[in-house]
Amino acid sequence: MSAVGSNTRVWALHLGVIALLLAANFVLPEYHRGVFSRVLVLATFAMGYNLLFGYTGLLSLGHAMFFAAGLYGAGLPVYHLGWSVPLSFGTGILAGGTLALVIGVLALRTTGVAFMIVTMMFAQVFYLTTLYFTTWTRGEEGLVLSQAMRTIDPAGLDISLSNPSTRYLIALTLFSAVLLLMLRLVRSPFGRTLVAIRENEERMRMLGYDVFRAKLTAVVLSGLFCASAGAAYGLLFGYVGSGFASIQYSILPLLWVLLGGAATTLGPLVGTLFMFYIIDYTSGFTTAYLLLVGVALILLILFFPKGLLGTVRERWLKWLP
Amino acid sequence: MTDIRKPSSLLTSTISRRNALKGLGAAAAIGTAPGFVRYAQAQSSAPIKIGFQAHRTGIGAAYGRWYERTTAAAVKAINDAGGINGRPVEIITEDDGTDAARGAEVVEKFANQHRTDIVYGTLFSHVVVGSAPAAGELKIPYYVVSEGYHVASGKMNRYVLQPGITDVRAQCRSVAPWITSNVGKKITMIYPDYAFGHDHRDFFGPAAAEQGGEVVAQIPIPPTESSFTRYFPQIPADTDVIYHVMVGPAVLTFVKELGEFYGGSGPKLFGFIDSLEAVNINSPGLEFLEGSHFWEGMPRYLQEDATDAEKAYREAVGLDETGASVNDANDVSTAAHMFGCWETLHIIKDAMEAADYRGPEDRAKLIEATEAMTEFPEGPAHPQGAKVFNGKIHQVFGSQSISVVENGRLNVVHRTSIEDGMYEPEADYTTQPL
Repeated sequence: MSAVGSNTRVWALHLGVIALLLAANFVLPEYHRGVFSRVLVLATFAMGYNLLFGYTGLLSLGHAMFFAAGLYGAGLPVYHLGWSVPLSFGTGILAGGTLALVIGVLALRTTGVAFMIVTMMFAQVFYLTTLYFTTWTRGEEGLVLSQAMRTIDPAGLDISLSNPSTRYLIALTLFSAVLLLMLRLVRSPFGRTLVAIRENEERMRMLGYDVFRAKLTAVVLSGLFCASAGAAYGLLFGYVGSGFASIQYSILPLLWVLLGGAATTLGPLVGTLFMFYIIDYTSGFTTAYLLLVGVALILLILFFPKGLLGTVRERWLKWLP
Repeated sequence: MTDIRKPSSLLTSTISRRNALKGLGAAAAIGTAPGFVRYAQAQSSAPIKIGFQAHRTGIGAAYGRWYERTTAAAVKAINDAGGINGRPVEIITEDDGTDAARGAEVVEKFANQHRTDIVYGTLFSHVVVGSAPAAGELKIPYYVVSEGYHVASGKMNRYVLQPGITDVRAQCRSVAPWITSNVGKKITMIYPDYAFGHDHRDFFGPAAAEQGGEVVAQIPIPPTESSFTRYFPQIPADTDVIYHVMVGPAVLTFVKELGEFYGGSGPKLFGFIDSLEAVNINSPGLEFLEGSHFWEGMPRYLQEDATDAEKAYREAVGLDETGASVNDANDVSTAAHMFGCWETLHIIKDAMEAADYRGPEDRAKLIEATEAMTEFPEGPAHPQGAKVFNGKIHQVFGSQSISVVENGRLNVVHRTSIEDGMYEPEADYTTQPL
């Protein structure tokens, strides 16, 4: 297969997935459409995580802070200042990007286990900060963004984000934009640089690459993607709470990415969807559902050691990005 | 195999009067046939499905276990008495994991997959606040037993109601006069440094000041703290009473360290039983609580003056006289809160009957019928006591119990009046569209 043919196939696959997800809006039962809306936003979060973990080889245990920075960056202006949805979405992304830049500059002085610990500590600081400022954030209890706060009014159309179809389409738009950006990014020279850093950082440094700069760019882009997901989550589903800044939301994207396949563009979607439904299904008949989830994860690691799509790529479809 | 069908005669021929009469006759025959009668009855006696959002796992699991038991007992009592509008009640339970995001997903699952008539639950305020937007968007009534001020604050929406348990603001106001009159006027507050603790800080202080009391120190404890001794020197020496509302797994350490810090002396203690719900008051390390006072929503220990309704409720739920399960003396209940499940389900029954509720199309009528309620008399449906409901803020008001730890049991020394806890409403949900 020529490079042009492979390129066409890759883009066709991704556009096909987006088209399928678009069609799902019209055919899925109401409950599952709601599930997919959430999953698309959370998969965007996972894609942001994947850029750093899967492609750059930096295992962060603090990405909840970027998601939550977007959540609060968008939610607080809407709630307290009455800002519009588009403006607040922008401030949410900006908050995540700025935080990622600062954290990146500090945390990238470390590597390996130290990087994990430092990112986790920063995330814990962020989490406690959301509790400390309970007067404005309502801490663990959180804030409700009313339906009236979550409307867009372009040319007097008065679009409510609480409408299920509107919400789905906005979630899909965000997911698609980040997915295509990721695809473009990881197949670009910069993306190859990140993968090369993951594989052998010293060699890249010896070859003259500015490794710190590349990694910092990856952290900032990852933070921006995660923050966009957080901002969208708050605005689409109307709740902003410190639970989203807790350690749980740093572990979850790691699991989603590992499940779906690290360093695969579509893996985060597959992993997030799989994880959501296995919890949704098993919690219906046992309180020990996390045990079943654990067993499922062990089986998956045994038979799909590189995650679902990672293993598919390794064994059958080597052209998968 | 190929199956070629002729075009339907209905599409190719006109209907004659004879055929029409035959059709009508056949329809009448079907309508009067025994099978059809059974079908029609099944429609009118189909169960009313209530989605129960339960803390089966997570930090609220102990509460969830007892909320489930109380719910099962209440539903049995309601069904034994003929159900709601003659229809049986069916509970469909989903675990919210005591997680706000999962709580919202569960509400969606009830509305769109289980197709329940309403949603009912749950205690932890972050789950309620996280779930409220979904309930409002899906326009499904969401009756909560949470005791937070979030419902009464007006920050939820018209579909969220709390008619079966009082809120923290009312509880603080209720106990303030008794504390300042009987325990002491100089009060130091120790509370968790997040929303639940801040509610106590913000509501108890002014209420105590109204009674001539004074909060001499406020000591917030960060939620990640696991040792508390270093905070105790901040307690002013002239403190008469320490007001404590710590919750979570660190409570036992907190109480033990406080006891070790003061030894047998020190200020008097007033706490909220939230700290020790589902915990045996005679657990090792809690000995020094002897003589201290607690707020209880409903007494854990069977009191001598317990009403017949209270005794019947305790028997139905399966409580022994110490407030533990009749099947396991170590399985201590969450008595101060779980009565709210029993009472809320009975209010749902009354509201559905008042609204002549038939199905999801009557959800708006159900909300209006609940809002129209004003008083709940003490009795089998309200064993905790009489209550007053404010439909504008969707919040109920009732009496509270203040108990003292004596000889390893909690004895009620004072019951507040309903009026003690009342405050000026700050919202009006009835102005929101349904």
